[in-house]
Amino acid sequence: MSLAVTSTSRGRHYEALPVAIFLVLALAPLAAAFGAETYLLGLFTRVMIYGIAALALDFICGYGGLVSFGHAAFVGIGAYTAGIFSAHGITDMAITLPVALLVSALFAWLTGTVCLRTKSVYFIMITLAFGQMIYFVAGSLSPYGGDDGMTLKLRSTLFGFPVLQNDRALYYAVLVFLLASYLLCRAIVASRFGRVFRGARDNPTRMATIGYDVFRYQRVAYVIAGCLGGLSGFLLANATEFVSPSFMSWQRSGELIIMVLFGGIGTLHGAIVGAAAFLLLEDMLGGITENWKLIFGPMLVLIVLFARGGLLGLTQSLWERLRRG
Amino acid sequence: MSLTLLIVQTLNGLQFGVLLFLIAAGLTLVFGVMDFINLAHGVQYMLGAYLAVMFYALTGNFLIALVLALAAALLLGLLLEFTVFRHLYDRDHLEQVIATFGIILFLNQGVKVVWGAAPLSLPIPDMFAGTIVLSPGILYPIWRLMIIGAGLAVALILYLLVSRTRVGMLVRAGATHARIVSALGIDIRRLFMIVFGFGTMLAAFAGVMIAPILSVEPGMGDSVLILAFVVIVIGGIGSMRGAFIAALLIGLVDTLGRSFSIDILRLIMPPSPARTVGPAIASMLIYVLMALVLYFRPAGLFPAKGR
Repeated sequence: MSLAVTSTSRGRHYEALPVAIFLVLALAPLAAAFGAETYLLGLFTRVMIYGIAALALDFICGYGGLVSFGHAAFVGIGAYTAGIFSAHGITDMAITLPVALLVSALFAWLTGTVCLRTKSVYFIMITLAFGQMIYFVAGSLSPYGGDDGMTLKLRSTLFGFPVLQNDRALYYAVLVFLLASYLLCRAIVASRFGRVFRGARDNPTRMATIGYDVFRYQRVAYVIAGCLGGLSGFLLANATEFVSPSFMSWQRSGELIIMVLFGGIGTLHGAIVGAAAFLLLEDMLGGITENWKLIFGPMLVLIVLFARGGLLGLTQSLWERLRRG
Repeated sequence: MSLTLLIVQTLNGLQFGVLLFLIAAGLTLVFGVMDFINLAHGVQYMLGAYLAVMFYALTGNFLIALVLALAAALLLGLLLEFTVFRHLYDRDHLEQVIATFGIILFLNQGVKVVWGAAPLSLPIPDMFAGTIVLSPGILYPIWRLMIIGAGLAVALILYLLVSRTRVGMLVRAGATHARIVSALGIDIRRLFMIVFGFGTMLAAFAGVMIAPILSVEPGMGDSVLILAFVVIVIGGIGSMRGAFIAALLIGLVDTLGRSFSIDILRLIMPPSPARTVGPAIASMLIYVLMALVLYFRPAGLFPAKGR
C-alpha cells in the first residue's frame, strides 16, 4: 500500500508524539474537572474506546495492507457479549471479557479464513459483507432487543467489586486498555512476526517464495485485530450502558477507516489522534447543524483528493516547511 | 397451500434477483473496466427512486417520470464522475472507498433535506395495477411480473451490447487489459464515462422500478449496495454473466430462506426457539453462500480477469 509510511522514515520528534498523546489523555480528567466534567469525560472515554478499534484497524490496514470494511463487526460482538451476559445477570469481567475476546477471535478466525484467500477489492467487499451479516444477526436477536438494542443493567464488575461504576474509574481503565493495546501492536509490528506481516503487504509473492506461509501470518494478525475490536466493543457497552445493532452498521466500519485515514495510516498512534479528530469534529459539526453530514461528506472527498497522509502527515509536512524557513 | 406459497415466493425471489442484477451490472462494469470501487452506486439507485417520485408529482405520468428520472440521474452521475470520481481512478482502493463514502453521507443527508426524512411512495401505473391469476388459486401482482420482465429484457440488451457491439468489445477488452486497450489508441477516459453513465442509468432504473412496491426513503440504497457487492463477488468481478446468475441465486436464496426458515427449523426443534433462531439463520444464508463460493473459488464463479 503506497500510503503506508514506516515510522523510521519520520523525524525524531515523532517518538515524542505518542508519549504526548498518552500524557494528554492521562491528564485530561484533571482539566475536565474545571469544566463540564461529565460531558468531557464521556467524550474522551469514547475517543479512547474508538481509538482501540481504530488502532487495531490501522495495525492490519497500515502494516498488512488488509483494508477491512467490516471492523465494526468486532466492536459489535464485544458489546453484545457484555450485553447478553449482563441480561442474564453475569457482569464479572473475569468471565465476560475473556469470552468477548474469544468470540471475537473465533469470528475473526472463521471469516479471516475466507476473506484472506482473496485480495484487495474482494477483501474490502467480503469484510463488508460479513460485517453486514453480523449486523442483521444482531437485529434478529429478539430476546436481546432486536433492532432496538437493549440497556445494560450494570457495568462490569471485577471479582464482585463494581470497579467501573465511577465514570473516572472507567476512564482510567479504558486508558490502561488503550495503552496496553498500543504497546502490544507496536511490539508486534517491531517483532519478527511484524516484519513478515509487513513484507507480505509489500510483496506477498516474494514472502511466499522465501518460505513464509503468508496466509497464516495474516490470519493471526487478523485475529489479533479482531480481539482488539472486541475489547473496544466490550468497553463501549460499559461506557454507554447500552448495546444495539447500530454499533456494527457498515457506516461504523466506514467511520473506523476514516479515523485511521485521518490520523495517517500506518502509524498506530495516528489512529488515536484520528479517532479524537473524528469524534470531536462530529461533535462540533453536530453542534452547528443537524445536517452535519452535508459538510462532513464533501470534507472527506476533499481530504482524500488533497491531503494524503492524514492529519499527522499534513502537520508533518507543514512542520518541516516551517523548520526549513 | 404450501405449494402456492412456494411458487409466489420463488417469483418474489426472482424479482428481487432481477433488481439486484440491475444494480450489480453497473457496479461490476465500472469495477471491471475502471478498477474503481464505487460505494456511491447505491445512492444512485436511491436518487432514481426519488427523482421518479418528484417527476411523477409534476407530470402525473409514470412513463414520462421514468424517462425524466433516468435522464436526470444520468446527468447527476456524470456530474459526479466529472467532479470527483475522475480524480480517483488511479488512486488506492482505500481512498476510493473513503471518498465515495463521503458522497454517500452527503447525498443521503441531502435527500433528507430536500424531500424530508419520511418515506415517500410512487403509485403503480393504472395499467399494471392489480393482480393476475397465474393458475387457479395463485394470484400475483402484475407490477412484480413487470419488474421481472424488464430486468430480463435489460439483461438481454446488455448481453447483446457487450457481446455484439464495438463498445461492448472495448468494455470486454477493458475488463481484462485496460492498459493495452489504452495503448492501442482507444480514448479510455471516454470509454470510462460511457460505462459509468450506463451503470448509473441501470441503478436509477432499478430505483424507479422498485419505487412503487417499496417505500422511497433516505438510505434505501445502502443495504442494496452491499447485496450488490455480494452478488459481484460471487459472480466474479467484471463478469456480466456471473452477475446475472449470482443475482438470481442471491435473490432466490434470500427470499426463500426468509419465508421458510422457521418452518424448516420446526421440523428439528420446538416452535418457540425456531421462531427466534429462524430469522437469524435466514439473514445469514446469503453470506454463508458467499463464504462457501469464495472458499472454493476465491475469484468468484466466472472470473473475468485472466490473472
